[in-house]
Amino acid sequence: MDEVFKALADVSRRLLLDRLHARNGQTLLELCNGLDMTRQAVTKHLAILEDANLVATLRHGREKLHYLNPVPIHQIGERWIRKFEHDRLAALGTLKKQLEKRDE
Amino acid sequence: MSKPEFVYVTYIRTTPDQLWHALTDKDFTRRYWMDCTLTSDWKAGSRMTMAREGEVKNECVILESDPPRKLSYSWRSVFDEEMKKEKPSRVTYLIEPRGGVVKLTVTHENFAAGSRTLESVSSGWPMVLASLKSILETGEPMVLDPNRDA
Repeated sequence: MDEVFKALADVSRRLLLDRLHARNGQTLLELCNGLDMTRQAVTKHLAILEDANLVATLRHGREKLHYLNPVPIHQIGERWIRKFEHDRLAALGTLKKQLEKRDE
Repeated sequence: MSKPEFVYVTYIRTTPDQLWHALTDKDFTRRYWMDCTLTSDWKAGSRMTMAREGEVKNECVILESDPPRKLSYSWRSVFDEEMKKEKPSRVTYLIEPRGGVVKLTVTHENFAAGSRTLESVSSGWPMVLASLKSILETGEPMVLDPNRDA
């Protein structure tokens, strides 16, 4: 669990996860596209995300594809969030999103 | 060859045989899979149904069955009229021992263009897999909302 929090405690890595959330199964090159980061930096961040199991990779022909793997985040949720809290938290999340009109 | 839409990985402190049992035992599946019962003889070519309270939610056909290493089935959601019309997608489980733990890789692929099933399953898988890990490691499933669609 420490690895997951450490991996998430970085804005560049969260951005990479956001990009995979928007479009799953990208190559390193696709992920680098339009980012203000060197390919080496992206590679390093992806390795940390993969070690934390937040990113899963798959060989597809000659390509290595990266997928967002939200399973560890659900395991964290399981530890502190229970069934009846879930709906209320979802409602609060929606309210916050609407009021702020942006995601961080 | 199109690329899979989803790839999920979880590491579970269990054995390949126990994990296979958890994926294929009718009564066990119900305990962690949002109250869904998965019924089949798990032989290639056989039918498999995923039902909640006797109502079939997903109709599947076993495509590959190699216990305790690999399991693959087609997936057709029948609880929604639009999803019912979509071509079946494909789910594959890969079970690999890794030291004291087992790596489970789940891929879900071959969705129809603009698939509504894709939207529906994308939020379900992480919950089901986290719950599966929890029940195998602690004996207790995650608390899931059985009212949402599988």
